[in-house]
Amino acid sequence: MPSITRHRRFVATAVAVTLGATTLAACGGSDDDSEAQSGPAKLTYWTWTPGMDKVVDLWNKGPGKEQQITVTVKKQASGDTLVTKILTAHKAGKGPDLVQAEYQALPTLVSNDAVADIAGEAGDAKSKFAEGVWQQTTLGSDAVYAIPQDIGPMMFYYREDLFKKYDLTVPTTWDEFAETARKLKKADADVDLTTFSANDSGLFAGLAQQAGAKWWTTEGQKWKVGIDDAATQKVADFWGGLVEDGAIDNQPMYTPAWNKALNTGKQIAWVSAVWAPGTLTTAAPDTAGKWKMAPLPQWSKSEDVTGSWGGSSTAVTTDSKNKGAAAKFAAWLNTDPDALTALAKEGGIYPAATTAQTSDAFAEPPAFFSNQTDFYATASKIATTTAPSAWGPNVNVAYTTFKDAFGAAAKNKSDFGAALKTMQDTTVADMKKQGFEVAE
Amino acid sequence: MSSLAVRKTAPAAGTTPGTAQGPPLRRRIALVPTLALLLGAIYCLLPVAWVLIAATKSGSELFSTFTFFPGTGFADNLSDLSAYRDGVYWKWMGNSALYAGVGALLSTAVSAISGYALAIYRFKGRETVFNVLMAGVLMPPVILAIPQYLLLAKADLADTYWAVLLPLILSPYGVYLSRIYAAAAVPSDVVEAGRMDGASEWRIFTRVALPMMVPGLVTVFLFQFVAVWNNFLLPYIMLSDDEKFPITLGLFTLLEQGSNTPALYTLVITGALLAVIPLIALFLVIQRFWSLDLLSGAVKS
Repeated sequence: MPSITRHRRFVATAVAVTLGATTLAACGGSDDDSEAQSGPAKLTYWTWTPGMDKVVDLWNKGPGKEQQITVTVKKQASGDTLVTKILTAHKAGKGPDLVQAEYQALPTLVSNDAVADIAGEAGDAKSKFAEGVWQQTTLGSDAVYAIPQDIGPMMFYYREDLFKKYDLTVPTTWDEFAETARKLKKADADVDLTTFSANDSGLFAGLAQQAGAKWWTTEGQKWKVGIDDAATQKVADFWGGLVEDGAIDNQPMYTPAWNKALNTGKQIAWVSAVWAPGTLTTAAPDTAGKWKMAPLPQWSKSEDVTGSWGGSSTAVTTDSKNKGAAAKFAAWLNTDPDALTALAKEGGIYPAATTAQTSDAFAEPPAFFSNQTDFYATASKIATTTAPSAWGPNVNVAYTTFKDAFGAAAKNKSDFGAALKTMQDTTVADMKKQGFEVAE
Repeated sequence: MSSLAVRKTAPAAGTTPGTAQGPPLRRRIALVPTLALLLGAIYCLLPVAWVLIAATKSGSELFSTFTFFPGTGFADNLSDLSAYRDGVYWKWMGNSALYAGVGALLSTAVSAISGYALAIYRFKGRETVFNVLMAGVLMPPVILAIPQYLLLAKADLADTYWAVLLPLILSPYGVYLSRIYAAAAVPSDVVEAGRMDGASEWRIFTRVALPMMVPGLVTVFLFQFVAVWNNFLLPYIMLSDDEKFPITLGLFTLLEQGSNTPALYTLVITGALLAVIPLIALFLVIQRFWSLDLLSGAVKS
């Protein structure tokens, strides 16, 4: 399966060349579309957001009807498999008009020439988003490859009642976090502050991003891979040390055992993102109203920065025959107040658009956090501190290697630094195999 | 060699029935295989039992109560599943029945006719055709899914019911089984006799050979039905419209909805349980056709 993502119509030698080529192709495409826009357009949209069909109905009955642009939702399963499916469809020239894509998947889609530059049609939307969020859809160029939909700023979740019981204070730095974990272990050997889990690479990527890591950057005509950089090493050593000492658990997340540990108070905190209430609702149903959310611990007292874990955007494909119409819809979906309210209500998303984060839809805290009335006010403040991210064209490879290497290291309580080295080497080797030039 | 050894030792065990030591000895011999079979049965049935019991649990009971302790939410799970997006689950179930039913039927028909031809007629290139088919048996269908998608997309058939049905029709394994079965079950004397009586080749096939091949074809049909019912990758690549999804794909989208909303574990588990029922029912109903071997006594030998 993954092999098909590596084929490309033309082998990209460097990002500049690739981006330049796609920009040209996309510009050519959108010129043709200006005529197509006058007639009625029928668009298809691949998305996994629950209730998206209802949000799209608002468009089809409102602005879409006026502009004769009808959108049909084709619900998909989320995850890396969808990227493969989009690329396969693109190979056959049968891609949908619009796709939902996670931010880290965009470089892969761009370097395969699967998503179009919509700077001409949707560039105005820029003002609605935080700088760090918007930058993820431009990949640092003048092009715009997608409109941000939702974001996942990272936060620290903890059991308020149990923190009180064990006489713990909420850690504001990672040093305090480690102290808290050790103190708890001393108080009750059966209880862990949290676990280090290697089954969702997004968590580690977000933590590294908070520490200032830039995993993929470009240097002239070449890619530079910095997975093994000082910032990421700091993060890996920190968690590796905690696991080695037994200060925190080393069992993976999202398993029935993990659910049980959260539900019965055997794990009393979770480093997660703004969407955590949804996960906790199913994982730990008996603990509703007992949790609280706080900003992520910092690396130094003077800092105030967070990473992001999750989040996605709406992109227009190069296969679309109505790129202009598709870009109009994408901009409406992610910036129109009515659309964003519906997205929050039906799909439970946390919007990327800054004003929507403080709209009426987010006046009340999530039901699971009814005790923390300022949940969303705090969340929107944290969201503004999100560090910029730097994704590359083979995030999937880096992520898979992370799961294997760190999964084994966590299980054996062995050196996380070696696992990080494996991740760096495998990612670089894969990029070279794909035909990218990589600076050493 | 080994058969000789068995025959030598056999009387020692075989003479004992009826004597006083007989029954306990036999029981001791059967102990190990019985244990092994029991272990195998537990290994196979435990996950089924888990699904069965987990389907009765409500969302709050699923991870908090004892694993094999039934819950109280089965009726709610059922009605929630039926209500999910206006009953799209039952649409998936219908699609699966269509893909598996029609697909297995067509594939069995093609297998029967080609297997019969390969077994009865002698023509140039017969062995080559058969060898190519054998190679096809060894090729996992997963490898073919993407090329098949690219081909069908060229024919503008991607994202239609045909996209899933067409690639299923030719099943190398089905043809292989049919040929082996036809060679064993349809004696050439019977075909010769038909020809002597002036029956056309088509008539001989449909009236004489086909009834003899039924038990083999039932096997082919069941194999294909189960394979299509459980198929994931082919429909995953071919289909983008979730109204055309089979149950496997439907449950996958139900599970992978992104992290923004609570996961619908209870619905997925209940859905998985219901999806097994048609397969069990099919096996129970169709089982009796397997014992149709009476027809094979048409020729004395």
